[in-house]
Amino acid sequence: MQPILEIHHLRKRFSHLDAVRDVSFQVQPGICFGLLGPNGAGKTTTMEIVEDIIEATSGEILYNGHRRTATFREEIGIQFQHTSLLNFLTIEETLATFAGLFSTPADTEELSRRCNLDGIKKQRNDKLSGGQTQRLMLALALINQPRLIFLDEPSTGLDPQSRRNLWDIIRQLKEEGRTLILTTHSMEEAEYLCDEIAIMDQGTIIANGSPEELIRQYGGGSSIILPGTINKQQLDGLPFSTLKQNGEIVIHTDEIHQGLSSLMERNIDLRGISIHSANLEDVFLHLTGKKLRE
Amino acid sequence: MNLRRMWAIFKARNYEFFRDRAAFGWNFAFPFLVIIGFGIIFEGKEFKQFQVGIFPPGAGVDLLQTTLPPAFQHDRHIIFLPVANREEGEAKLSHHKIDLLVDALSSTHAYWINDSSPNGSLAERVFLASFMAGKNPPEKGVTSGPQIRYIDWLMPGVLAMNMMFSALWGVGYVIVRYRKNGALKRLKATPLTALEYLTAQMLSRIFLLMFTLFVVWIGADLIFHFQVHGSKLLLFCVFFLGGLNLCSIGLILAARGTSEEFTSGILNFISWPMMFLSEVWFSLEGSPHIVQLFAKLFPLTHLLKAARLVMNEAATLADIQVECGILLISTIIFLGIAALLFSWNE
Repeated sequence: MQPILEIHHLRKRFSHLDAVRDVSFQVQPGICFGLLGPNGAGKTTTMEIVEDIIEATSGEILYNGHRRTATFREEIGIQFQHTSLLNFLTIEETLATFAGLFSTPADTEELSRRCNLDGIKKQRNDKLSGGQTQRLMLALALINQPRLIFLDEPSTGLDPQSRRNLWDIIRQLKEEGRTLILTTHSMEEAEYLCDEIAIMDQGTIIANGSPEELIRQYGGGSSIILPGTINKQQLDGLPFSTLKQNGEIVIHTDEIHQGLSSLMERNIDLRGISIHSANLEDVFLHLTGKKLRE
Repeated sequence: MNLRRMWAIFKARNYEFFRDRAAFGWNFAFPFLVIIGFGIIFEGKEFKQFQVGIFPPGAGVDLLQTTLPPAFQHDRHIIFLPVANREEGEAKLSHHKIDLLVDALSSTHAYWINDSSPNGSLAERVFLASFMAGKNPPEKGVTSGPQIRYIDWLMPGVLAMNMMFSALWGVGYVIVRYRKNGALKRLKATPLTALEYLTAQMLSRIFLLMFTLFVVWIGADLIFHFQVHGSKLLLFCVFFLGGLNLCSIGLILAARGTSEEFTSGILNFISWPMMFLSEVWFSLEGSPHIVQLFAKLFPLTHLLKAARLVMNEAATLADIQVECGILLISTIIFLGIAALLFSWNE
């Protein structure tokens, strides 16, 4: 299938910083593609180059197999990480203003309902809460019924209910056949929404694949976690590696059933036990390290 | 150029202006207050009256008892200000608070002036000439044609000054703020082009400027009954052209910056010399030639010259073609520069 986006050897150099270094990836149509990475990894710069907001130093970007033309902006929707609105306008007027900038705008009434803005559309932009502002930003990203949607950390600052609502909308968009490119710091969000993920660090892509592939490859398997109060002598001779970590005993194994059976055979008290399956966060920390980033 | 997109931005900017109550109110209140203030100060008076201190104070009340010549007492260009005594009068003279000090009861007609005051020198001549009143007076002529009041001369200046501030800050400062807070980046993510955006901003501001001009004019005219000797339509066109020109300067200043403080400094750097050298408040007649030449660099000078010629001297389009030509050509050049320099991001 023809990828909707192909990025080849993208580079971006600011005066003394290589923000993006030889980034290449492809995005198939109709999927949600996640771009993950620690702060300063180059995700937003990469996104903004692809969105045609800033220019690349070098590299090639193809949209449906061709270089981007003037119609590209008619067909994409963008929700920026940091942006502002015209303060003295209402939600309704803001949607109407942006609808006026595109040749095939969405029905603003329907869009308001979809993004849960219909009850507050007479409210002025400068009076909106963080969640309402994010919903309006999402509505603006959808105002032109885009085929390709860029969402740069869309759930930042949202409460759990609003986040769930956003995820539902994103899933609906995917069901409609639209393609989404998403950056996020929430591994839960990425795992829930993304069909394919690229992990960036220091301006380059260090891993790429479906969440399942990445977890399998980099997740480090599952583990059984026992309270640190258990007598360690009871664990001697277990056919698994065990280690004491943060006051708990961690048994690394992908054979959870066998592990639990072995523990029960030794009459080990299973109260307080927990099972940890490898997830994207493990992958992320494994690949980018646990050191604090700016 | 897509008119639909321009219309969307034009409408949005107008909504913002009319809802920003502080900015909206100030745009009307500022010129109106200036005109009202000057109207109150100068209403029913000549622009210039010599201020003559007179003592003892009683003499100021009953001039008939003084030794001052009647021609001096009744000169309408003289205003008498009673002072307690000679010492107080001399102190006021030295601080240029009065132009001349006279002893109203002096048999020798004693008077004092501040030697460094040009007004004092003129008031002295008026005082001395009044002793010769009626004796072989030279032939006097009075200018014919409409007498232009100071308020009629001032009015175009105040309106143009308000246009200048509104155009420079309303376009330049606002666009820099939009760039800084990311609103421009949001617009860049649409098919809107830079030229469409700049044109819509300029048209929106010119609409607001002309609306403000109209309201302030009507309000001030109800009080002062301005005399427009030329065509009102031509006067409107002159202000429209001047407004476009000032907005295009604002667009150049807004083309790149992201610092509101820096932009504000640049706007002040441009607007204050324009205000003082473009004859908003006073004529540059008699000022050094180099200053007059320098003033011609400012569009406001040409806007004001054309507006005053139409308003006060019934000039036609042919009479002000040079000023209009300068404004038109410089507007096109400024717009071109702004479009070339404009950046959505930085």
